[in-house]
Amino acid sequence: MRFEDALAFAWGSLRGHRLRAALTVLGVSVGIGAVVALTALGEGARRYVVQEFAALGSNLLVVLPGKVETTGAAPFGGVVRDLTIDDALAVSRVAGVHKAAPLASGAETVRWGDLSRAVPVLGTTAELAEVRRLAVREGTFLPQRDAFAGGYEIVLGSKVAAELFRGQSPLGKTVRVGPYRFRVVGVLAPRGRGLGFDFDELVFIPVQTAMRIFDRTSLFRIIVECERFEAMGAVRSRVEKVLVERHRAEDVTVVTQDALIAAFSSILRALTWALAGIAAISLLVAGIGIMNVMLVSVTERRREIGLMKAVGVANRQVAWVFLLEALLLAAAGGALGSTLGALAVRVFVSFYPSFPAAAPLWAYGAALAVALGVGAGFGSWPAYRASRLDPVLALSGGRA
Amino acid sequence: MIRLENVTRVYPMGQAQVQALAGVSLDIAEGSFVALMGPSGSGKSTLLHILGLLDRPTSGRYLLFGQDVGTLDEQARTRLRRESIGFVFQFFHLLPRLSALANVELPMLFAGIPKALRRKRATAALEAVGLGERALHRPDQLSGGERQRVAIARAVVMGPRLLLADEPTGNLDRASAREVMELVVGLHRKGLTVVLVTHDPDIAAYAQRVVRMADGRLVEDREGAR
Repeated sequence: MRFEDALAFAWGSLRGHRLRAALTVLGVSVGIGAVVALTALGEGARRYVVQEFAALGSNLLVVLPGKVETTGAAPFGGVVRDLTIDDALAVSRVAGVHKAAPLASGAETVRWGDLSRAVPVLGTTAELAEVRRLAVREGTFLPQRDAFAGGYEIVLGSKVAAELFRGQSPLGKTVRVGPYRFRVVGVLAPRGRGLGFDFDELVFIPVQTAMRIFDRTSLFRIIVECERFEAMGAVRSRVEKVLVERHRAEDVTVVTQDALIAAFSSILRALTWALAGIAAISLLVAGIGIMNVMLVSVTERRREIGLMKAVGVANRQVAWVFLLEALLLAAAGGALGSTLGALAVRVFVSFYPSFPAAAPLWAYGAALAVALGVGAGFGSWPAYRASRLDPVLALSGGRA
Repeated sequence: MIRLENVTRVYPMGQAQVQALAGVSLDIAEGSFVALMGPSGSGKSTLLHILGLLDRPTSGRYLLFGQDVGTLDEQARTRLRRESIGFVFQFFHLLPRLSALANVELPMLFAGIPKALRRKRATAALEAVGLGERALHRPDQLSGGERQRVAIARAVVMGPRLLLADEPTGNLDRASAREVMELVVGLHRKGLTVVLVTHDPDIAAYAQRVVRMADGRLVEDREGAR
């Protein structure tokens, strides 16, 4: 029997029961659509996080105080030395390092007039603007000066500026941070979230001042920008070496964004698979739907099957045309479901344009393959039953 | 051409067993036209199904075209059904979604015959039964007699040597029955061996030889009127 003839024959049988076939196709397409849509969301979440990290700059190193011990044991001696502004300056002189910005952190109430707001305060230097590619909307970032000099300039995040000054220009105004008075020198352009901070809700002051008013002895981070991405591994070891020499112990941790990105990316990829797996349950249900429809079809068409056998159609040919019907239902469901899934993703993205949801290409291929697999899996038993019908009983319409 | 030697057929029915054939021996020569008669339950349909390789005897031997078909596997029996045996049934068994032409093409479809050749042979077969004009009608647009003629065209389109008919006129009015029987007689004249099950003596009268059955046995075997 020719394939195109078998296909035409199976297609003809399905056309005989349009509503039933359409509903079965719908069932499969919901399953496939769910797989495609949820995979797209999971993949979108992964891309979103990767983008967020990458916005940090891919050639950044971050120095944290304290050694992250994978064994959980405390470092020998147990003393963790502070990460100091001197350390930051030493790091900035390491070969291959372009800029290094110290970060000290605290939280304080910022007041202007009778308005106040509790905000995270970051102490840093002018270098941070370059390292983190911070753009100012008005004025300037912190002035370029010696890190130990301190000073009482403040740069406001865009949201902080908007809420305290309500449309007035804050430039040159004096705000209070706790009991201290600071002069506003700049306002950041809106930037949004990045690695745990909402830059729009931060304020920046000179690092030395921050250490003093928050009574810190250690920096929170040193952000290091390398000259070249390719040399990051070497720069990282040199930075580590310099800090070990200064502290006489391995008591800092240097992380690259790559490692973090890779870790988050793999976690979110696993999440995507989990979502796809949950959606696949609906495919199982759809498969049972196919099986049900095909079993009904076999029962209804007993006489047809008997006739086929009487005119010399082989058992495996009987099985083949019934299996082909199941595969056609599944393939149609797969095609429709991919379209529905893609459509759902589009609708979602139109509501949340910043979320880069998109089903990876493999998801469509896999969806279609899974649909055909479901069709073959759940269609084979009805097809087998059709092929095993006793022709004499089938012709009389009786039960086997 | 056909030789049955002490053929029995026993069906299990719950705990009991039903003996549909209780030892039938029969020879049918090539080119003959035999009517199988008998009351319901006499075993005539069972015998026809065994002759058509749709059923297997419980015991006894069946030689078709000189070959013991009991020893053949299902594949070989399927091939014999496809190439050498044509069936006609009381309820026509046309596929309702297919046109008359497509119904006649069906055996050729599964035999892998190319579309153009299928079309040509099916059209010729329909013309031979006088339905060339109605080739594209579906069964529900045809009368009972026309449907049975389509079924006859389907039965002979593969060029079989043996035509088996199970009450082919059982569902037809007398005029249609006569048309159908004249077609069968015409096919027989062209050399086809015909075995026909009926309980209507007027239909049996078309045959050369009438075999009567009762309770799974042959009870009478005589030359017919023709």
